[in-house]
Amino acid sequence: MPTTKRTVDVQLSTSGMDAQGRPQRVPLVTDESGNVMTLDTPPGIEPELSGDHMLINIGPQHPATHGVLRLVLELDGETVVRCIPHVGYLHCGFEKIGEYRQYNQIIPWTDREDYLNSPGNNVAFALGAERLFGIEITERCTVLRVMTCELSRIMSHLVWLGTTCIDLGAFTPFLWAFYQREAIYKLLEDWVGARLTTTITRVGGMAADVPDGWVDQLRHFVATFPKTLSEIDRVVTRNGIWVGRTIGLGVMSPDEAVNYGLSGPMLRASGVAYDVRKDFPYLDYETYDFDVPIGTNGDVYDRYLVRMEEMRQSIRILEQAIARLPDGPVNSDDHRVVLPPKSKATSDMESMIHHFKQVMEGPRPPIGECYVAVESPKGEKGYYMVSDGTSKPVRWRIRPPSFVNLSAIPKMVEGHLLSDVIAINASIDIVMGEIDR
Amino acid sequence: MNSSAPFTPVIAGSAAADSVPATPKNVAHRGGPASPAADALRQRFGAAVQRVDVVWGETTIVVDSARIAEIVSWLRDDPAQRYDFLADITAVEFRDAEQPIEVVWHVRSLAFRRFLRLKVLLGQGQPLQVPSVWGIHKSADWLERECYDMFGITFTGHPDLRRILMWEQYREGYPLRKDFPLRGRFSRSEQLRQALSANPEARYSMDELSIAQAFEDLPNDMRRRLSEGEKTGEKTGE
Repeated sequence: MPTTKRTVDVQLSTSGMDAQGRPQRVPLVTDESGNVMTLDTPPGIEPELSGDHMLINIGPQHPATHGVLRLVLELDGETVVRCIPHVGYLHCGFEKIGEYRQYNQIIPWTDREDYLNSPGNNVAFALGAERLFGIEITERCTVLRVMTCELSRIMSHLVWLGTTCIDLGAFTPFLWAFYQREAIYKLLEDWVGARLTTTITRVGGMAADVPDGWVDQLRHFVATFPKTLSEIDRVVTRNGIWVGRTIGLGVMSPDEAVNYGLSGPMLRASGVAYDVRKDFPYLDYETYDFDVPIGTNGDVYDRYLVRMEEMRQSIRILEQAIARLPDGPVNSDDHRVVLPPKSKATSDMESMIHHFKQVMEGPRPPIGECYVAVESPKGEKGYYMVSDGTSKPVRWRIRPPSFVNLSAIPKMVEGHLLSDVIAINASIDIVMGEIDR
Repeated sequence: MNSSAPFTPVIAGSAAADSVPATPKNVAHRGGPASPAADALRQRFGAAVQRVDVVWGETTIVVDSARIAEIVSWLRDDPAQRYDFLADITAVEFRDAEQPIEVVWHVRSLAFRRFLRLKVLLGQGQPLQVPSVWGIHKSADWLERECYDMFGITFTGHPDLRRILMWEQYREGYPLRKDFPLRGRFSRSEQLRQALSANPEARYSMDELSIAQAFEDLPNDMRRRLSEGEKTGEKTGE
């Protein structure tokens, strides 16, 4: 049996700071000379209570598991000795269905896997399909997609922030976060008419150009959102309960984090500056000026800090994208995949053939395969597509970041208290729709 | 975990990479420069490297199935390669039954910002079996389980290779295989009948039931059946 690492109590204040100015867990239990005593040997209490291990089942129907995740925990007292996660309750066979759909028909399915990041998934899939077809997208489309991705990142992080605060006992930030999330939903609704399942891209372009005045609304959001962010920051970041319940939990060292395949904020909180936008750029991300925040300790608190900073960086990217949004067409003029204007279909022979071919047979990419990864809010989201020259992919594989991140949960929770399992699980930012697919 | 060198954090945008990354544009369908790993692997492993393809700018290296774990391990530990991030493991079965089933590993070198696809071809008549890379990359744990679950490919050396997305008693086969119908093997009514007649306790695996004191709390008949060697609560051999 592993030795139990009992977490020490914390003083509910943030008076203690370490050298970097980070709040510190301050031990409550000290002996006469001020030395820290851990709860392994509290005065007058039997250090190891004898007793049997207990088996606790959390989920699949439990609000704190963020979906239909089931954790089987073996407890020694209140300390987790072993954790067996079970997933698959939401398995819908997206990858199988994808093999029976044309490329544009798959885009609605990408909405439904990571449903907090639907626009980002749409963009990722479109990028993959365009690589497979060998299409270059227009300048305006590139910038619009960057806006989509960053809005969707903020949206997803806000849900994470709100729900995690609720898990750890804070209700107010949840309301503030969801208020701003509604603002983003409003933007998306004005653009494509849908809120949650946007299907915002098409292979070779977007579902629609942004309506008149949309960019002004976005500008308004970009101007007002940082205020909410700093309000949440002031309420949460130095909050004694928050600090006490997040620092030092679920620590992953850089070495371990890479070995366990963590990506996104989980990996960066451990101090590894791997961001797909910087390291394997797409959508001209290399031309935007933004920073990749990294943590130092790889605990739940650092993951929170990284996500907060990522939202600020997303705002920076949005500002630059607004400034550079060029005029011009949104859709590519490659008529293998993008329909010519309907008005030409009845007057121009070539256009009519394109319409007929695309509608009756579907666009056919050349034989080949590609793996396109984007930085989703959860981590590296990859789409691996294999084409055999027909209009439907032979294989459409989703590389789900939260699936791989979640696989490290036994490693992260073992040795911690049962109540900390909730905090650690929340810090992974899982979406079961993506894990089970 | 036995990594040879401690991981040094890479600062994004630093000169650590061999090239300044940029969004790939106008990528050729086939051809173009292969990843430097291809030549290095040829030198190191010789005939185990069967083929090198460059499709849409991504290098695919087809290797001998017996040596894949060795190759992944070498790619991680060699200081000139450092493919330390295993992004994905999956498999591809083609509609043409003559074509071999491919098992695919996607690895990344975070230090050098490189991407590589490794493939093993499992032809007709060959057992669907490849060595596990679990001992090299812990991320392979669930990815290999999923690949086993969906394609029935056995990863030898994986310590806990059981179904992950489908339940453990699922007997209809491997859903992502091309011979598996989109709606499943049984009709909706048959699936419903099976679900209703199933023993709810059967959803607990032997693995869970054997830990802690839970075994003592089980009903007597279930305990007896488990001690008689039943793998799970559901009757086997149906």
